[in-house]
Amino acid sequence: MDLFSNAIVAGILLGAFYAAVAVGLAITFGQLDIVNIAHPAFVIAGSYCTWIINTRLGLDPVLIGVLLTPIFFVVGAGIYRIYYAAFERTGQESLSGLAFFFGMMFIIEVVLILVYGVDYRLVSAGYIGGTIEFGYVGIPFRMLVPCVVAAAVTVGVWLYLSRTFTGRAILAVAQDRLALQLMGADPVRIKQFAFGLAIATTAIAGSLLIIIGPVEPSVGRVYIGRAFAIVVLGGMGSIPGMIVAALILGVVETLVGTFMGPSWAPAVAFGVLLLTLAIRPTGLFGRQ
Amino acid sequence: MSEPILRVTGLSKRFGGFVALEGIDLEVHAGERLGLIGPNGSGKTTLINCISGALYNDTGRIVFEGRDVTRLTAHRRARLGVARSFQIPKPFRSMTVLENLRVPLEYAARDRTEHRRVGDEAREVLELIGLKERANEGSAGLTQVDMRKLELARALAAKPRLLVSDEAMAGLSSAEVDDILEILFALNRRGVAVIMIEHIMRAVMRFSERVVVLDAGRKIAQGTPEEILHNADVERAYLGE
Amino acid sequence: MKRADIVFSAILAAVFLSGLGLTEVMKNEYYFNAMYVVLQATIMAVAWNILGGFTGYVNFGSAGFFAIGAYTSIVLDKAFGLPLPFLILGGATVCGALGLGVGYLTLRLKGVYFAIATLAMAIVFETFINNWSYVGGARGVYLLTPEKHLWFDSYIQMLFVLMLALALACIAVSRFLNSSRLGRGLAAIRDDEVAAECAGVPTLRLKLISATVMGAMMGIAGAPYPFFVTFVDPLSAFSLFVAVNSIAMPMIGGTAHWLGPVIGALLVGTAQEIITVNVSSELNVLLVGIMLVVFITLAPQGIVGLAQ
Repeated sequence: MDLFSNAIVAGILLGAFYAAVAVGLAITFGQLDIVNIAHPAFVIAGSYCTWIINTRLGLDPVLIGVLLTPIFFVVGAGIYRIYYAAFERTGQESLSGLAFFFGMMFIIEVVLILVYGVDYRLVSAGYIGGTIEFGYVGIPFRMLVPCVVAAAVTVGVWLYLSRTFTGRAILAVAQDRLALQLMGADPVRIKQFAFGLAIATTAIAGSLLIIIGPVEPSVGRVYIGRAFAIVVLGGMGSIPGMIVAALILGVVETLVGTFMGPSWAPAVAFGVLLLTLAIRPTGLFGRQ
Repeated sequence: MSEPILRVTGLSKRFGGFVALEGIDLEVHAGERLGLIGPNGSGKTTLINCISGALYNDTGRIVFEGRDVTRLTAHRRARLGVARSFQIPKPFRSMTVLENLRVPLEYAARDRTEHRRVGDEAREVLELIGLKERANEGSAGLTQVDMRKLELARALAAKPRLLVSDEAMAGLSSAEVDDILEILFALNRRGVAVIMIEHIMRAVMRFSERVVVLDAGRKIAQGTPEEILHNADVERAYLGE
Repeated sequence: MKRADIVFSAILAAVFLSGLGLTEVMKNEYYFNAMYVVLQATIMAVAWNILGGFTGYVNFGSAGFFAIGAYTSIVLDKAFGLPLPFLILGGATVCGALGLGVGYLTLRLKGVYFAIATLAMAIVFETFINNWSYVGGARGVYLLTPEKHLWFDSYIQMLFVLMLALALACIAVSRFLNSSRLGRGLAAIRDDEVAAECAGVPTLRLKLISATVMGAMMGIAGAPYPFFVTFVDPLSAFSLFVAVNSIAMPMIGGTAHWLGPVIGALLVGTAQEIITVNVSSELNVLLVGIMLVVFITLAPQGIVGLAQ
């Protein structure tokens, strides 16, 4: 029972973190229909940037993540520009766009391997290593802090999308370009902003990831399955759905890892993804 | 009157909570020219999507030439002789104009075409449609009106007995409209029944032997073009109360 | 047979005979190793292109099919000691069925979902293999190089000739598909699936055929692999490098034409061998990623497209 309740709590914390990883993909894939398969690679890049700055300057990882967001935003906007010019404008999104991001993911992973090798990297911060006890459930700080920050980021993004003009424009751009243009907003600029925002979230997600545990370049690959499984299971275009799906995935994965062994964990996310696609592709709260 | 080639009975279709079509009955006879009109959102495109098989209706039956096709896939219906053109032309962009026609000839019209004659028959269709000179041009770079013609050419190459033309004339100039109309008449003279969805009233009135009017998912009127023109319900549907 | 077919068959025969001739003349084993790698990549590229280039459905899980082909070989060899031709047949059958199965589950959805599903499938299978001790699990398995190599001087020479024959066969199948009625149906699906369906093309059936052929070919590429490397572990078998190559080579060579993946594989594969020997193998991996991105951004029709 002890093991079980610990697993549930750990799963929820993990799920909250997963939501922060997936929220950027919920924007690019869920709203803009851009299959950014390189999204987790950006998260790993964020982790590595955090590690470098943490090792050199000793700053707190979460702070580094926040400081990195404007840089990642600009990078994201730039990448969207290229994607738009090369693919969206000519209507080639399906085949070439996918391969573009696949190549991008590959490049990021390989550059990291070439420069930093395959050793695991970690960050140091004051609270990592401590645990807080609630009865018979113990929560390590290295899980709690990312969970709290992740929740803040996810909810923040959700509020932004549903309350502000730009945010609502992003939600609208996938559905009705014309109405958006009539309202005086340029769909391309909106999408560029959205993509930049999505990549900006990966900076924070990356910093949280390396707090939770050590990171090496191929860690990103498992997150492809997790992120896409969460967005698809939650339902395209639904941020609340995505949050629910993230929590479900976190709990299921932790239970499987605890009771069947950690080497089965990667299969959970991808298995969930395959099942969702096969049985109910619109997800839990999807729009179509 | 002879048995209709298409009989739709009690057809309904919903998208979630939205009722797109409710209890539609429709009959089309062999070689008939039927106009299908109605305000935007009345369900015309949904209806032809159900007839052609792009969508499956929730209730009702669709019988084509005595065969229940309600649950058949779109490609099976195409092989049986139901063809449609799309409102926004969908050419096979990597192929030339001529190659575009090979596909329906080799697939939809497979049972009705000899393998060796595919190329010749494709050229014959192009001749009829007026695209003969463009046979070897890439289909992606055609002008609007030529794209519409290619749409109809592809539908014709499927050797259908029923063709549904979805707003083939939208946005064209007056001369181009007449061009397309001539093609549809020529098709009809070959014995193909045509359901024409159009907003250009003069085209509908000139072309149709009978007109069916939809509004908000229901059939509100049917009759000769003259009868429809003077129908109070139709006026109300288009102009509001 | 049309004249073009006769010319093509003659070229195939000539290439095969030259390959045989090489085994008599060339003594340096390294070259056979290198050519085997390029031929393997060619089969993978040609296979990928059938579903990817001809039909328009991107498969990210090529490494999965390849690895399952390799592991099927290992299982059949370990359990029954079957000779190599049967192992290849086994690999082709299992992976063909895999292509059909995955296709049946996901090809009814949009192409995007299919692509993601294939990646998911590859990783699920990698996890299963990692946990299956019969084939060595995560630690991998060693194989002994078989004694028999027919009349050739060495085993690698025999593998080379075998791979050459398989590659030529796959190219011939690909060419046949490209210019046949089936191929035109696939192209229609790629260009506009809805319009294709309304033109009478049985889209689901053709997509499944395409996926099955692709799967079978990738299984064929993977089946001899264990005997080529003698040590197989999930990390190398399911390598992302294999997956990226199988996409990059057709995209660089040109996806609409059967010759594209062949050109792409020969050029890129040869370049990679040269770089591996002279610089490092990691650099290869980076280069193919960059080439992929550059080519699809600037020359989406590939080399064949530029030539046309």
